[in-house]
Amino acid sequence: MTSLPSSSAAPAVAKLTAAAAADPAAEAEADAYERTHVHGVYQAIASHFSATRHKPWPGVASFLQAQHPASIGLDVGCGNGKYLGVSPSVFMLGSDRSSALVALARSRTAHPDEPATPQGAIKTRGEAATTGAAAPATATPTADTNANAPAQGGRSSTSDVLVADGLSLPFRNEGVDFAICVAVIHHLSTRARRQDAIRQLLRCVKTREAASGHVLVYVWALEQGNSRRGWEEGGEQDLLVPWVLKSQTRTPKTKAPRGPKTSKDTPSGGEPPSPTASADAAGAGGVGQPDPVFKRFYHLYRQGELEEDRDNWWVVAANDAPISRREK
Amino acid sequence: MKLLTLNFLSCAVKTCKTSPLSFPLHPKDAELAKDDVEPNPDLLTNILPRLDWSALRTTAAELGFPDLPETAPSPEELVEGGKTVQDLHELLMETQIVEGKLVCGCCGHEYAVREGIANFLLPSHLV
Repeated sequence: MTSLPSSSAAPAVAKLTAAAAADPAAEAEADAYERTHVHGVYQAIASHFSATRHKPWPGVASFLQAQHPASIGLDVGCGNGKYLGVSPSVFMLGSDRSSALVALARSRTAHPDEPATPQGAIKTRGEAATTGAAAPATATPTADTNANAPAQGGRSSTSDVLVADGLSLPFRNEGVDFAICVAVIHHLSTRARRQDAIRQLLRCVKTREAASGHVLVYVWALEQGNSRRGWEEGGEQDLLVPWVLKSQTRTPKTKAPRGPKTSKDTPSGGEPPSPTASADAAGAGGVGQPDPVFKRFYHLYRQGELEEDRDNWWVVAANDAPISRREK
Repeated sequence: MKLLTLNFLSCAVKTCKTSPLSFPLHPKDAELAKDDVEPNPDLLTNILPRLDWSALRTTAAELGFPDLPETAPSPEELVEGGKTVQDLHELLMETQIVEGKLVCGCCGHEYAVREGIANFLLPSHLV
């Protein structure tokens, strides 16, 4: 992967932006472009991608740990769910556009490496009931007596996941205390869509009160002077970045794409894939065949583009303009 | 998907967001399962003020659970424990919708739930 250069997506983006300006209905074109160069890619590389994504970025982890205990947060673009269990004292709702990644997140949170509760790892599913059948609330909760209880029934008590588009989030207005959106918004192909994505996040969080109402957004930075990719100030911002889907029979020596490198508060892109990574990556090249390459769209943010108040290309925003007031 | 989660979900269609009919979503043909989850009274107590209680009552009634009280229990009641806490724990944390649909009361769109995962991706004409 190291040797593969990124390619320009500027002509495509110019076309999409012009089309959207001329006709709001042309939004469908940008959507279709992202379907090919973002969603389709993640669906295809989900397993391999997930195997390289274990370690939470420190900045995100400390944001999560600073939230009030038992507050409720969103992780929009949760991927394989690596942030859902970072702080066991908050309840996390994760969403992602990729059903393949959400399925991985669900199985991951069902079998956390470090269960939130001592017995948390070995939960069993109790009786199933259909709507209208025997009142579920009276069902006997002792799963041990249920011969049909499957071992995979255990679920994390502090998170849940669903499939959703970041531009059409299904969360009610001002319902949650905080939200994170890590390395997601740079995948949207026009500025209008990226701004809309941030607007959507703000819509979901409570208006600012005490320590809640915060939204943490991370995006890839353009200015990565030390990057092996050679991204730097003044460079092109709209790019197709290759992902080489390694056949999983060997340990990939290459590193995952890096995030911003200039800040110490940045992702270490080179997290080693888990030695136990599953070998079921769809479409992995066979022996003697080249590994398939997928090109993901990225918009690299230049300094000051995401927000003026921070210099490391991440931002904490708050919902100060209530969209609606829900009266109790 | 936990019933707790359902209390935070409305229709994904933008034009439905302003309608009170888009929340809560209504379960249809729902197959429920009950997980064994370690009780966490502190979490429950803190989550309670964030719930939309009237929506939770609607959901519980639609799924055939016994009626919830008209008003949410006080923190004191929760601390004391007892049946209310146990019921709420079972309802919010342990009950899962594993299969079925979630229907918007405003536009009528049905979101599928499969293997415990709800899918809110919209067909292009609704985006």
